[in-house]
Amino acid sequence: MSKRNRTPKTYTRLTHPLVRDSRDEPFRQASWEEALDRTARGLERNRGAFGMFSCARATNEMNYVAQKFARVVMGTNNVDSCNRTCHAPSVAGLSAAFGSGGGTSSYEEIEHTDVIVMWGSNARFAHPIFFQHVLRGIRNGARMYAVDPRRTSTAEWAESWMGLNVGTDIPMAHAIGREIIHAGLVNEAFVERATTGFEEYRALVEPWTLSLAEKVTGVPARAIRELAHAYARAERAQLCWTLGITEHHNGTDNVRALINLSLLTGHVGRYGSGLQPLRGQNNVQGGGDMGAIPNRLPGFQDILDPESRLRFESAWDTVIQPHYGMNLTEMFEAMEEGSLRAVYCIGENPAQSEADSDQAVRRMRQLDFLVVQDIFLTKTAELADVVLPATAGWAETEGTTTNSERRVQRVRRAVAPPGEAREDIDILCDLAARLGRDWKYADSEAVWNELRSVSPDHYGMTYARLEEHQGIQWPCPSTDRLEPTYLHGRLWEKDPDARGLPAPFGIVQHDPPVDLTDERYPIRLTTGRRLDSYNTGVQSGGFASPLRRGEYIELCPEDAERYGVVVGEEVQVSSRRGAVVAPVWIDTALRPGLAFMTMHFPDEVDTNRLTIEANCPIAGTAEFKASAIRIDKLPVATIVR
Amino acid sequence: MTAIPLGVPRRLVEFTIDGEKARVPEGATILDACRAAGKDVPTLCHGDTLTPKNACRLCVVEVEGARTLVPACSRKAEPGMEVHTDTERARHSRRIVLELLASSVDLSTTPEAAGWIKEYEAKPDRFGPEAARLNEEPRVDNALYVRDYDKCVLCYKCVDACGDQWQNTFAISVAGRGFDARIAVEHDAALTDSACVYCGNCVEVCPTGALSFKSEFDMRAAGTWDESAQTETTTVCAYCGVGCNLTLHVQDNEIVKVTSPHDNPVTHGNLCIKGRFGYQHVQNRG
Repeated sequence: MSKRNRTPKTYTRLTHPLVRDSRDEPFRQASWEEALDRTARGLERNRGAFGMFSCARATNEMNYVAQKFARVVMGTNNVDSCNRTCHAPSVAGLSAAFGSGGGTSSYEEIEHTDVIVMWGSNARFAHPIFFQHVLRGIRNGARMYAVDPRRTSTAEWAESWMGLNVGTDIPMAHAIGREIIHAGLVNEAFVERATTGFEEYRALVEPWTLSLAEKVTGVPARAIRELAHAYARAERAQLCWTLGITEHHNGTDNVRALINLSLLTGHVGRYGSGLQPLRGQNNVQGGGDMGAIPNRLPGFQDILDPESRLRFESAWDTVIQPHYGMNLTEMFEAMEEGSLRAVYCIGENPAQSEADSDQAVRRMRQLDFLVVQDIFLTKTAELADVVLPATAGWAETEGTTTNSERRVQRVRRAVAPPGEAREDIDILCDLAARLGRDWKYADSEAVWNELRSVSPDHYGMTYARLEEHQGIQWPCPSTDRLEPTYLHGRLWEKDPDARGLPAPFGIVQHDPPVDLTDERYPIRLTTGRRLDSYNTGVQSGGFASPLRRGEYIELCPEDAERYGVVVGEEVQVSSRRGAVVAPVWIDTALRPGLAFMTMHFPDEVDTNRLTIEANCPIAGTAEFKASAIRIDKLPVATIVR
Repeated sequence: MTAIPLGVPRRLVEFTIDGEKARVPEGATILDACRAAGKDVPTLCHGDTLTPKNACRLCVVEVEGARTLVPACSRKAEPGMEVHTDTERARHSRRIVLELLASSVDLSTTPEAAGWIKEYEAKPDRFGPEAARLNEEPRVDNALYVRDYDKCVLCYKCVDACGDQWQNTFAISVAGRGFDARIAVEHDAALTDSACVYCGNCVEVCPTGALSFKSEFDMRAAGTWDESAQTETTTVCAYCGVGCNLTLHVQDNEIVKVTSPHDNPVTHGNLCIKGRFGYQHVQNRG
């Protein structure tokens, strides 16, 4: 099958600040002085109605300064990033169970485990180098189980692939839990010592017999039973998940349902046994750790805790609002209501990454003032009043990022930025000065040392030690010691004081996807990543990948036959929110009634016009993974290109 | 509860290299010991992230009591062993290996080959201009990397990196036997019609430049490739959350090549297509 001819949009770097007086005008080049003055005025007049979109792609240091800017300069906790569109439910679920939102294990541990469950994760494509650790584990004798509606390239390595219906993860997890209980495979000592709510959980999962689960999930009862026994009987087991779990309207509940299985079996808090949410952006973990989220101060400290607030108030000489700010989803809703009037968007592209993108764009157009700081003139930047050219965090600045295994690693400047592009932190400090706060940081290390002084879990990580150890995993409270590579070992302590707070079972109910399939919209559309592309493609579109073939609507051979469509034929794809035209691709990894698209080529096919903004009430993540669509053949005349 | 595995305690093995005492942990190879002692033993097919293949025979040393020369890269150190790295017999063997390789293969981009040929007084020309060479044009069939079979010494490192030792993609293998053996994708097709996923992990381990990044290949062809003018800076990849360490090779403020430290706990020297090649966006400077 040959590739179709595409002329993909490539983005060139921003080299000068851009401003305009009204949104109808084109941008004109401006000096930094003018652009910053305009920005300061735009933010000043909207105090009290301000939101910061920080950047999950930029360094920890930049995220620290950005959230400090929101909290100290603008006096608001309205700061968030695109963690909201991916793994916020993982953080919320893990925090609710263990008091900490990080993955509990390290990559190396998966090489030394006995059972690996990859749930809603095509790590072979989305996290290829993590998957090399999984492959080592498999070669060392571990059995891997893949739970995914699609038979992905990850599933090719599995002992067993469980192709469940989209949005039936909770029935599946509950049936596994029930089977473990009924087979007498509960780790009773652990459940008794380290958890609460087991009796409630037992009652919750009791109706989920294997045969009921088979009806709801579409996975044979025998296969569910096999996974339950393999997981519970393993000496060590790792449970990994990605966005197949989190990008649902009940993403946090999904996460809790998986965590329950680890509590039932004691597969957490030990070397080789743990929970691993695979993060989707280079620093989405770090952004949250640095406090660029509406409910936490740097270092995982709760805003509602007066002692934490006091520590930061004295360190920053300010007053911190004693309530949570708005998350990204709520900020978009507030734009609609008019209670959020100004946004400072750093390195994010919500005009294309948000679910129901037409709505997101319409809302941003209603803002009184939008400043976008980025390395490209993205679709979001095209909506702005001021555009500030920044450096590329990973290659043009010094700093650190934090990966999925909580490892803080040094980022270094290798190339000089183009034109007048400036570092994010310098821009933020210049704006802070115009708005009455004089911050001086000699370099990124000075920012990092300030963070270390306010975050005990980062205190032990000096730049010198990060260099020496090729990165250090948090928590690292001491400068002369390293902690174990896994979290929550405390749960295994015999002494109740050392054990600390027990982990509660999550009492969560099954709730099917919001966007129901029916006669009009009979196909379930799910979304995901390909190996060589990334998110909205602004970054990955820059290199010539021989694998890249652009956006398609992928169908199984049976559906293609039913609708009478062939590979390459353009069809209209519609949901209850919008419609796009996309060519057809046929993939045998799909099943009748299940279609797949990516979000990598929004300039060709804007997949997020189809997706539904049905949000998880706890974490605010939208249900990107489950839309109801229909496909229609185009009238012959319009096929002419 | 399972404790952290510390591994089996390893005894130290004592033996001698060129008459000097050496102590290495049990399981270490003669090559490990030689390098720890600062001895220069040439290698081509040895890879620090790969299982030794014993293909090139360049690292052979003499062990007292052994009938044949032994490859230092794979032979484990044993107590009481007496190793000689620089005997006439070992040097002679290396000279012949270099002569055979250099007469049949283009070693011009093999980093230390010229120095070894001089040191061991190898004379590859003695087989005359008719010495068997492939004389093929480099294969440029995609935008990311180039296969130059004239430079291939059949060390199999690329096959191991693509196969079960790291990438597990199995896009390449040894095809043919004897003199016809060559590294190929299925049906010796173009890379774009193969199972290749363009991770570049084969290029990372290639010792001779038979596999090279197209950026490097083009600059060499244009005469602009200048390693002395390049800086190497290790940073963290800008794509997914795995956090792979990237070493950016920069010349004239352009990223020209991306590698990863072989001892890095996240990557062990391996990358995926995005980390290896997805840097162009930063230098689309208009």
